[in-house]
Amino acid sequence: MRRFILIAVPYLWLVALFLIPFVIVLKISLSDVALARPPYMPQLDFAAGWSGLVSFFAELDFDNFWFLTTDDLYWKAYLSSLQIALVSTVLTLIVGYPIAYAMARAAPEWRPTLLMLVILPFWTSFLIRVYAWMGILANEGLLNQFLLWLGVINTPLTILNTNTAVYIGIVYTYLPFMILPIYSALERMDDSLLEAAEDLGCSRLSAFWLVTIPLSKNGIIAGCFLVFIPVIGEFVIPSLLGGSGTLMIGKVLWEEFFSNRDWPVASAVAVILLLILVIPIILFQRNEQKQREAEG
Amino acid sequence: MSQTVFAPWNDPDEKPLIQFRNVTKRFGDFIAIDNLTQDIYAKEFFALLGPSGCGKTTMMRMLAGFEAPTKGQIFIAGQDMARIPPNKRAVNMMFQSYALFPHLSVWDNIAFGLKREGKDKDAIAARVDEMLRLTRLSKFAKRKPHQISGGQRQRVALARSLAKAPKLLLLDEPLGALDKKLRQDTQFELMDIQEKTGTTFVIVTHDQEEAMTVASRVAVMDEGQIIQVATPAQIYEAPNSVYVADFIGDVNIISGRAKPNGEKVAIHWAEGQPDIIGTTATKFEAGQEIHFAIRPEKVAISTEEPADAANKTKGKVLDIAYLGNISTYHVELPTGHVVKAQTANTRRLSRRVITWEDPVWVSWTDTAGVLLER
Repeated sequence: MRRFILIAVPYLWLVALFLIPFVIVLKISLSDVALARPPYMPQLDFAAGWSGLVSFFAELDFDNFWFLTTDDLYWKAYLSSLQIALVSTVLTLIVGYPIAYAMARAAPEWRPTLLMLVILPFWTSFLIRVYAWMGILANEGLLNQFLLWLGVINTPLTILNTNTAVYIGIVYTYLPFMILPIYSALERMDDSLLEAAEDLGCSRLSAFWLVTIPLSKNGIIAGCFLVFIPVIGEFVIPSLLGGSGTLMIGKVLWEEFFSNRDWPVASAVAVILLLILVIPIILFQRNEQKQREAEG
Repeated sequence: MSQTVFAPWNDPDEKPLIQFRNVTKRFGDFIAIDNLTQDIYAKEFFALLGPSGCGKTTMMRMLAGFEAPTKGQIFIAGQDMARIPPNKRAVNMMFQSYALFPHLSVWDNIAFGLKREGKDKDAIAARVDEMLRLTRLSKFAKRKPHQISGGQRQRVALARSLAKAPKLLLLDEPLGALDKKLRQDTQFELMDIQEKTGTTFVIVTHDQEEAMTVASRVAVMDEGQIIQVATPAQIYEAPNSVYVADFIGDVNIISGRAKPNGEKVAIHWAEGQPDIIGTTATKFEAGQEIHFAIRPEKVAISTEEPADAANKTKGKVLDIAYLGNISTYHVELPTGHVVKAQTANTRRLSRRVITWEDPVWVSWTDTAGVLLER
């Protein structure tokens, strides 16, 4: 019995904060848009009794999902989101791995400070930090002023409102999620393994490829998922730093919801997004479990 | 049938495999190795023995190439190793932590060094299988290091370091993590493998029993210097200093003033006690400070006064350490000195006569101990 109660707590949490909201979103996605408040039909009317319930379910349909296939905006937005998420995950890995490596190789008394520096940006509002990037990347922003002053360029670079700015914003924001799991994998590594590899004929570089990279593999995978999964649905960064050409599903969703007030289509977009995300989330869970088994 | 004794260090024509020439190694202010010169010969099983911090591990790491000497030179097979990185040396090391690659199977761990040499697949497979047979690991080839026992991991580490057939194998406290019984078995196994492969082994250990068991020569180290290098028997029977005598095994040390008398030396060590008579080849000045070292098993203990012992003195049993096969008696002399005497327990416990507080005689011959200057 006690065991049942213990297990019930997380399940209740999941039901209340995930399953019920999802069922509501799913229901809206099966409804039709209407000039009403809330702006969709049908509404569930418990007062009408059994016949009301029957007619309610009779009115639900998959029209909104069908609609998503008719306009190529949607699948292009999904694809573009996946592409942006993929590219920025790779970029974050390229930037994050050397940082994590340097942190793990630093003198032990320095490590807490370095770790602190990685986490420190979280102490400021995410929105303010993205706005700060607008100030840096704008045509008359800090970066362009600095480059003009150096004489590297003659005319200001257009960075803000392009995909480049979106990538910069994403890499900056999600870097700690990449660094921390890789750092924790590298920090646990026994230095004598590298000495053993060298002793057996590896150069420093090949010891890195044959020992360090495989041993930090789980950290790399965890970091990539931690960046990839939230970036697909990212809305704030593309809408603030991106331009009209930046197509991301989070932005489409926001526009359907607030500009078009088409809640059912917006909900359908969200349901599809969730289905797309389920695959990498399951893969991520598998990786975590495998890692625990390997350590246990 | 005469058998030639393996002692290349006594042969002036023999070329040493390893030469340390005035090697000094400093870490900041700390001097780990202090102007050390030493030769090690091919096919030796050479033990570096000493307390922690004596520099033995530093010596080994310099041979492997992980540390460079601050001053002096190291030659391996006549070649100066100064600028040669670890991966270019015909030297392999077995690490204290074994340092097995956790992401690779036993087979791949052993094959790791061979693959780096770029040998063809069949040659690698043949060599790995040979190593697996040598270390009796064939059954475990597909397992990962965390799926086998400590003793098996130790054998994988040995197989991996032997796979490339190095000229020189370095063993850093190889048996430290094993329990006593397994350690003893593995010591004999190591000697066996060393003999079969003909590889030169240099072993670092703080365990004197281990060094004595496996080594052809033992170097006793202290504070960055080698105090004595000799065969285990010589180290034990003829230590060159109180430090070595004390470090290896159990010993009684009695200090006094020398009174030379031909081959014999009398040692005046306490008022009212007869001088200790010892035999020595070294010349001592009259009145020089001298230390007499004698192993407990060379001191006889009896209840009756021994008739014809060169040295004998009376005392009282203070303590008895019963070790099963032998017993060590701590005998307090009237001067306050405590002398340890050891006897084999050839009789059952109930039949033995000496017990606590008993007045006893301790005695030894005039050749049983050694006379040391320092």
